[in-house]
Amino acid sequence: MILRQIFLQSIVSGASLLLAPLLMGWVSQLRAWLQNRKGPGILQPYRALHKLFNKDSVMADTASPLFRFAPYLVFGCMVLASAIVPTFSTELPLAKAADAIALVGIFALARIFISLAAMDIGTAFGTLGARREMFVGFLAEPALLMIFFTSSLIAHSTSLITIVHSLTGSSFAIYPSLVFAAFAFILIFLAENARVPVDNPSTHLELTMIHEALILEYSGRHLALLEWAASLKLFAYSSVGIALFLPWGINEAGSDISFLYAIPLFIFKLFSIGILLALIETFSAKMRIFRVPEFLATAFLLAVIGMLTYILLGA
Amino acid sequence: MANPTLIDLVLWVISGWLVIGFLGILTLHKFTFVARVLFPLGGVGGLILALLALRSLNSGVDENRTLPIGLPQLIFHLRLDALSSFFLLVLGVVIFGVSIFSAGYFRNSAGTAPGLLALEFHFFIASMALVLISDDAYVFMVAWESMAMSSYFLVTANHKMPKIRAAGFLYLLVAHIGAIALLLSFGVLQANSGDYTFSNMRIQSLSPFWASVAFVLAVFGFGAKAGILPLHIWLPEAHPAAPSPVSALMSGIMLKIAVYGMLRVSFDLLHIHLWWWGVLLLVLGLGTALFGVIFAAVQSDMKRLLAYSSIENIGLLFSAMGLALLFYSYGMNTIAALALTACLYHVAAHAVFKSLLFLVTGSVLHATGERNLGRLGGLIRFMPWVAWLAFIGVLASSGLPPFSGFVSEWLLLQSFLFTPSLPQPILNMFIPVATASIALTAALAGYAMVKFFGVVFLGQPREEKLNHAQDAGLFEKIGMVWLAVVTLLLGLLPNLTIDLMEPVMRVLVGQGLAGESKSHGWWLLTPISIERASYSPVYFLIGIATAIAFTFILVRILYHARLRRSAPWAGGHAWTNSRMQDTAEGYGQPIRQVFEPFFSMKRQLPKPDDLEPKYEVIVSDKFWEGLYMPVVRLTEFLSALVGRLQRGRISIYLLYSFITLIFLLLLVPGVKI
Repeated sequence: MILRQIFLQSIVSGASLLLAPLLMGWVSQLRAWLQNRKGPGILQPYRALHKLFNKDSVMADTASPLFRFAPYLVFGCMVLASAIVPTFSTELPLAKAADAIALVGIFALARIFISLAAMDIGTAFGTLGARREMFVGFLAEPALLMIFFTSSLIAHSTSLITIVHSLTGSSFAIYPSLVFAAFAFILIFLAENARVPVDNPSTHLELTMIHEALILEYSGRHLALLEWAASLKLFAYSSVGIALFLPWGINEAGSDISFLYAIPLFIFKLFSIGILLALIETFSAKMRIFRVPEFLATAFLLAVIGMLTYILLGA
Repeated sequence: MANPTLIDLVLWVISGWLVIGFLGILTLHKFTFVARVLFPLGGVGGLILALLALRSLNSGVDENRTLPIGLPQLIFHLRLDALSSFFLLVLGVVIFGVSIFSAGYFRNSAGTAPGLLALEFHFFIASMALVLISDDAYVFMVAWESMAMSSYFLVTANHKMPKIRAAGFLYLLVAHIGAIALLLSFGVLQANSGDYTFSNMRIQSLSPFWASVAFVLAVFGFGAKAGILPLHIWLPEAHPAAPSPVSALMSGIMLKIAVYGMLRVSFDLLHIHLWWWGVLLLVLGLGTALFGVIFAAVQSDMKRLLAYSSIENIGLLFSAMGLALLFYSYGMNTIAALALTACLYHVAAHAVFKSLLFLVTGSVLHATGERNLGRLGGLIRFMPWVAWLAFIGVLASSGLPPFSGFVSEWLLLQSFLFTPSLPQPILNMFIPVATASIALTAALAGYAMVKFFGVVFLGQPREEKLNHAQDAGLFEKIGMVWLAVVTLLLGLLPNLTIDLMEPVMRVLVGQGLAGESKSHGWWLLTPISIERASYSPVYFLIGIATAIAFTFILVRILYHARLRRSAPWAGGHAWTNSRMQDTAEGYGQPIRQVFEPFFSMKRQLPKPDDLEPKYEVIVSDKFWEGLYMPVVRLTEFLSALVGRLQRGRISIYLLYSFITLIFLLLLVPGVKI
């Protein structure tokens, strides 16, 4: 039993590690197609990672151990995060260690580490990025928490496994509260993964960049780890979206045969989310940094309204 | 006395502290003796006290003792029960760290003589312990007042500076206004029976009106000590003024003593509980928490930043208490116990990590002479010990897993999620909003803490002199390491701590968490049931550590790229300097922008052609202008009116006395003129 659980857990973690860059590549490729470009191909993130791992790492003279350690920690956080979110299976022994609140905590831990690492060198870009990242974070984090709470109220639990169980059990009933939560989630998803309209992953324009400014001083293997962590984060957020709003067809404990359709279905859902993301990114314009609080406050309020709706309507 | 009981031993520790204090008087100027012998001795006393409290929590002691001192009819009633033991445990643990730190911290400088300082210090901790074991209003007030007085003298240790005297005065004023409210509250609680023991107050049955009066007075009195809005005003003034170990004690323990008093009065002494009391505490707490953290994020003085962060944490404690009271008033004792567990856990967690952070500011202050964030930076290179210890405190304070602040935040959010079962629909609507503000506060706390750590310890030094900063001395290190280790343990072993709280819950709400927390092993925290929620910091840590170790080894084995050092990229410029980094003010700018209505700001912006550009922004509390200044002006106006009576001539004063006498004689019945 324990061996089986460890086996399943490593399958899920391994799958997310490998699938995450693919999702990133899929979204960039789709964006390229939507912009009438040829695009680098869906496997480009793997090639980039391979290249970066083989390069020497250049580090500032004044960098402290914190700076060196941060990429590993951020990567570890994201591995853990994607290990506890139910993707195609709900048999996750690690999920007992951390529930939805702790998942938000993991993201916060990674955010704080990378922000501090960016401040470590003391260049203008790094501190600017750190400030903006924390600024996005302090509004996005409570909103994400409120989204989880809405589903927790439905499931009477903050355990992600129980949430998925109770949401799949309810067949295709639509909860009005979850509709609000879903809209809030889309906004948070864009902001937290440094996507247009909050941030643009493909530019280094100092006026607007957040994520790229944070990791500007990193190179070589450290940068590779951070890029991989970013794609894992996108993967983990997509899995959260699937688990909360499209949980049907997930493999529940017991039947091995249902893996046969659970895994392809999950990959299908993941790629659909990629399409949605690419469409949003193509059709919206990057907004001014000062508009970001309004954007995030909207998400926060939507999430609170979702929770209120549940309490008012009981659904 | 063949077999001394625990309470006797506690009293011995308290008397020991007093003796140490008086030894300080005898060796007024023998600096080395005071620092190297007296302070560590006091710290050992703290450790003994913690062990005694641990023993008492484990064996479920409830001991009474009367001491025949004080006024003839008013003997001292003392009692050691689970609630006081828990707070004594926190007190002892923190005092050990702070005292050892103090042994290396205090310098033979201007201001209060070292021996006198030792007296005040030990008097302060002794009176805090005495508050915790007092069992009548009389001892309570005596201990409470000596706590206020001794801490006042400690705050003004550096009394040659007028600013520090002003801060001390403000503290004393608020403390006494609060004390008056407490006195009145106890007066109501004894219900005209003339017996001020707590055991008598427990059996009095007050009408809902008088019970509410007592409760509101207690909220005012304890709130003034704890720093609840709008009585928080003294905290950000007193903390920067006080020496750092004193700030650590005040923020770490003294504020918690007020929380203890609040718990004692509202759960133990009052026999009825109205639902709106809970709502009052919840609203006050949430407002205070949000206010505190927003102000913490915009401060430029590191001790002020921490002071506002303490206000935030006190707000969280009060909201947890309010939630517990709300549940308790509806008879939902299990959930009340959960909310109280969150409250007590945060008491312990905050006491330890906030003391640690205040001690850190002390070491930084000693090494650099700077409190202003704008003149610090890059200290992780010169003071690695202090920096890494501060890092532990910062992570705990930001409420991140697997650190101690997260456990209490997690428990608090769990108890909020339990709520939609209250009989009042309007309250059910209020809960999501409350949850949202807790979540927002927690996220903002992370922002403020990143600012604190990032600006002080990371980046490039903003002043030349920082390059010569020395790391903390041996005693300072031991004190801080102790607190850091306790912080880590509190984060990793929540179940053991919650087991200790079990008897406290039985005192307060009549039942604990029904052993549910233990049923799945010591590593898994499941306050309600395993399906509802579980959290295991140990698994969590193992998960992350394994992932990191694997990554590290794999990267090493598979790839052989090297690491080169070079100058940081200057962004295309020829050079960079430390002034190009983000400042503390810059870091606070987004918060100032988003929460603008909260602040009153004065900005001074440089002109483009200024040769020596000076940018200044002064953020002040709207409560000063809106609430305190009118009171000050009214007081001044009234005193001016009264002042007219003073002519400085003895005959006029005699005339006043004569008129007063005639007037009083008229009032006395049976006297005919």
